[in-house]
Amino acid sequence: MRREPARGLVQHLPVIFPGLMLTIFFIVPFGTMVAVSFFRRQQGGFYVPDFVLANYARFLTPFFGNVLVFSLYLAIAVAVVSLIIAVPFTYLIARSRRVTQVLWLVALLSILSLSEVIIGFAWSTLLSRTAGITNLLVRLGLMEAPQALVPGFGAVLTGMVYQAMPYAVLVLYPSMVRLDPTLTEAARTLGASPLKAFFTVVLPALRTTLVATLIMAFIFALGSYLLPQILGRPSHWTLSVLITDQALYQSNMPFAAAMAVFLVLVSLALVALTMFAGKKLEA
Amino acid sequence: MERALSRLYLALVGIFLAAPIVVVTGVSFNEKQNLAFPPQGFSLHWFAEIFVNPEWFRALIASVLLAVTSAALAVAIALPLAWFLWRRLAPWAQVFQLLGVAPFTLPPVITALGFLTFWATSGFYGQPWTAVIAHAIFFVTLPLVTLTLGFSSIDRSLTEAAATMGADDRTVFRTVVLPLILPYVVSGYAFAFVLSLNEYIVAYMTIGFVRETLPIKVFNALRYGYTPTMAAVSVLFVAVTAAVFGLIARFGDLPKLMGAMSSKD
Repeated sequence: MRREPARGLVQHLPVIFPGLMLTIFFIVPFGTMVAVSFFRRQQGGFYVPDFVLANYARFLTPFFGNVLVFSLYLAIAVAVVSLIIAVPFTYLIARSRRVTQVLWLVALLSILSLSEVIIGFAWSTLLSRTAGITNLLVRLGLMEAPQALVPGFGAVLTGMVYQAMPYAVLVLYPSMVRLDPTLTEAARTLGASPLKAFFTVVLPALRTTLVATLIMAFIFALGSYLLPQILGRPSHWTLSVLITDQALYQSNMPFAAAMAVFLVLVSLALVALTMFAGKKLEA
Repeated sequence: MERALSRLYLALVGIFLAAPIVVVTGVSFNEKQNLAFPPQGFSLHWFAEIFVNPEWFRALIASVLLAVTSAALAVAIALPLAWFLWRRLAPWAQVFQLLGVAPFTLPPVITALGFLTFWATSGFYGQPWTAVIAHAIFFVTLPLVTLTLGFSSIDRSLTEAAATMGADDRTVFRTVVLPLILPYVVSGYAFAFVLSLNEYIVAYMTIGFVRETLPIKVFNALRYGYTPTMAAVSVLFVAVTAAVFGLIARFGDLPKLMGAMSSKD
């Protein structure tokens, strides 16, 4: 059956339902959000149609600036740490037997799909004073008394790396598996140690993927909204937390929408940067 | 030496990944209402609580219903679209492919806020079905990706042979395409189901003030009083999630789904 353009209503029928659903329930809500970002807020939590830039002007306050800088800083830290753990890890599982690979993939997918609420709860328990890891250290005689490690920046970072690392592995996995094993064999034959072969052959061959993974992990971390709340203090709140807070608890939908639009623009710019970097590195 | 080092590294990452789950599992077995680890005493009381306590049970039912229906709707959107893109020459329809992938790539709070403003403006805010549509759109990416991969792995000469023998489009779809694509339908559904079950922010922004799904209930419990039931729910979720992916791995080709082989292989 050759592929040919669809003709008439009947042949177009299959695309009508998905097309309508995606238009009505993705384009329209997205457009509504963009529109609301220009609306004027009314006392009492409602908003009226208008065209004001006041919601965007609030970006210029030091408070917003701090949140933005912290969000970016946290996302970069999470992306870098995740990549440092994920790259050797993915390399090793991509070299292992198929059964081992499948087991690791199941574990990683399970953790990736786990609710942020549950990951946050699990880490807050693990880092708590009563049930936490410090009890183990006390028992081993390495510490005097158990200590609470939450809330704090370290806890937020750990929780978010826990969530982003499996994601980074799954983005890296296809390229790592397809990497030609003769490349490293050649390096080994010429006398390179495994470590040297990894750094001088594997990593340069994958540089496009590495950059892409870093940026994907960055965007992923930028979207985190619960872990900073569960594991951090209000000073660790990110842009996503602020958006939720403004929309639901401060009832300032226009400002929340303006921040969301801004977040979309940052994410899109980064995706474009990924593609651009990919082209540049390949050339 | 080299093998030992790589084993050690894998083991360390394994411990990092398993540690929070081990602790939460331990906590869920506590006899009294505290979150001690190692657990004091042993009791399955907190697991029973999920099914006996009406509040937790209602949240469980709400979560399962939402996941079952929204995953079905996601597949219903993705299947005809993926089939159309594979069957017809229609470059313009790629736009819908892009739209299907977009919500999943953007930070989730965007989709959540989009739906909040949309349902609030259209006056349906708080209706249970609004969350079903929101989750279906949010997770349509997963069946769309697995199905696109599935269609691309079908050998076109098979459908051509069927057509030459006189089968019309409908018969070809039913007798040739559908059996070949079914594993991808199942894994697409399973992915969407698991993620919907675990999703918090979109559900919270659409129906959070009216009813509680399990993740919402756990988060509220985190704020207003800890109970080991939270740990029991977490263990249940980890178990269900791992079981679903285990089944996908058992009956499907997980490395292939994860892109280990290019679609041409």
